[in-house]
Amino acid sequence: MTHRTPLLSTRGLNVGLAGRTFCRQLTLTVQSGECLAILGRNGAGKSTLLSVLAGLRPPDAGEVLVNGASYGSLGARASALARGWLPQSRSEAFSSTVIETALVGRHPHLARWDWESEKDARIARQALAAVGLAELAQRDIQTLSGGERQRLAIATLLAQAPQLYLLDEPLAHLDLNHQIATLELFSALAREREIACVMVLHEPGLAVRFCSHALLLFGDGSTQQGGCDEVISSESLSRLYGYPLREVGGKGQRWFMPA
Amino acid sequence: MPTRRRALLILAALAGLSQLSIVLALMVGSIPISPAEVLASLLGDASGMTGDVVRSLRLPRALTGFACGGLLALAGALLQVLLRNPLADPYVLGISGGAGIGALLAIVLGFGVAGINGLAFVGALGAMLLVFGLAHGEGGWTQSRLLLTGVIVAAGCGAVVTLMLAIAPEERLRGMLFWLMGDLSQTGDPRLVLILLVVALLTTLPFARELNLLARGADIAQALGVAVGPLRRGVYVLASLATAAAVTHAGAIGFIGLIVPHLVRLAAGNDQRLLLPASVLAGGSLLVIADTLARSVLAPQQLPVGVLTALIGVPVFLFLLSRAAPGQH
Repeated sequence: MTHRTPLLSTRGLNVGLAGRTFCRQLTLTVQSGECLAILGRNGAGKSTLLSVLAGLRPPDAGEVLVNGASYGSLGARASALARGWLPQSRSEAFSSTVIETALVGRHPHLARWDWESEKDARIARQALAAVGLAELAQRDIQTLSGGERQRLAIATLLAQAPQLYLLDEPLAHLDLNHQIATLELFSALAREREIACVMVLHEPGLAVRFCSHALLLFGDGSTQQGGCDEVISSESLSRLYGYPLREVGGKGQRWFMPA
Repeated sequence: MPTRRRALLILAALAGLSQLSIVLALMVGSIPISPAEVLASLLGDASGMTGDVVRSLRLPRALTGFACGGLLALAGALLQVLLRNPLADPYVLGISGGAGIGALLAIVLGFGVAGINGLAFVGALGAMLLVFGLAHGEGGWTQSRLLLTGVIVAAGCGAVVTLMLAIAPEERLRGMLFWLMGDLSQTGDPRLVLILLVVALLTTLPFARELNLLARGADIAQALGVAVGPLRRGVYVLASLATAAAVTHAGAIGFIGLIVPHLVRLAAGNDQRLLLPASVLAGGSLLVIADTLARSVLAPQQLPVGVLTALIGVPVFLFLLSRAAPGQH
């Protein structure tokens, strides 16, 4: 096995907020083709850690490297070609159409004076089709439902086409069929396109089914990471969520029920 | 999102409107002048009174009005993006308040036009630095912090202005009120403010697509490759200087900075690559037309142009708003 530069790596990473510490001396590597799930209770620092991994917030200590380079040395535009970030919440101050919003993802691919080309429009339309929004291309975003807005944000990210996808609650507001479709979309991308995903999830069963690795944030600075099979168990999850959980399943699927 | 071709067509149409508005301003007044005579005066052929009226009275006033209208509309469009607030206008961060204090002080002290303009600019810069310094606190710069600081500084300036009006000598009150409502009758050489307008627009255009992203949120813009910190500081300084220049030359003319970007947005969408230059042309034209009406409707009496911009802008805006709302769904 050849040694590759990991798509995402951290060294000695400390992340905290308002006097609390979410992780200490975290060393993380994500290779292309991998999918990492971040699990933890509300307020355990999942989103804060993800925005540090995205370079949107400085860590308390340590460093984050994308393809071996720090965000500072890459600069904003090269960073945007390497990693994409799906925010947990969005607010639109101005109206705009669905296709315009998806085209925003093409920004890092365009030079300063470029206008979006027919190729960019095609990429944006394909991204909308991938999340089932092709029909709504001309709709105003302020008329969309919460789940449609979430899928539109995913389409914008697909149009951006980075190598590393950092997804903060990608399943928020989605109904069941779209939850599975979204996870299948990203795990297919990881298999076929040499990309990697890091996603904040709330359902350990979906993490087991669609992710290769998991990172548990216990909220007190301690963490646990590794392959999903070794890290995710009823004992570790019971400790993680502070509530006893029981494993059920079969046929390669594992689900965790409140006991 | 308009194509580049459509954007250029819209801008060409607005450029035509701008020229028409300026020609109209040159024709209308106590001495009506025909289009042919206007052209002759501009080319320097007309002799005597007609040429003098066009070249040394009406042309400087029209060009100053155009430049101030353009600067106010540009500043309004930029601040609406910076604050992600459709209700933002060039005065929301207290710049006109600071300028007002300076100008009224100069009027009370009996200074001439240069003194009034000079002190107004000093006041505007003072307000801008005060807001920037206070909003740039430890937690960094958020939209709500900037907006709150600006609104409070503006309120403080408003109180000082009212105090000055209350204690000012009777014979100076009229001049002070006219300044506050916006007045183009005391304009001098338009070249400086025209150059400022061109420089401001040319500085913003290369960043127009990044401003589109900033309008969607700072984090989203950063994740998509915009250097948000420097861009926001640049936009703040540029919008403030544009406002200060316009207010210094023409007083606190209302509504242009709020309404023009909205009019353009309703008609042509929210792509800043089109919105910024289109707002400049539309804002300039609107102010020239309003000023022409202000000095001709009740001639020889001159009305404050700020009243006219509101009287024209508000109904047009309400009409477009009521027409656009159902079409969005």
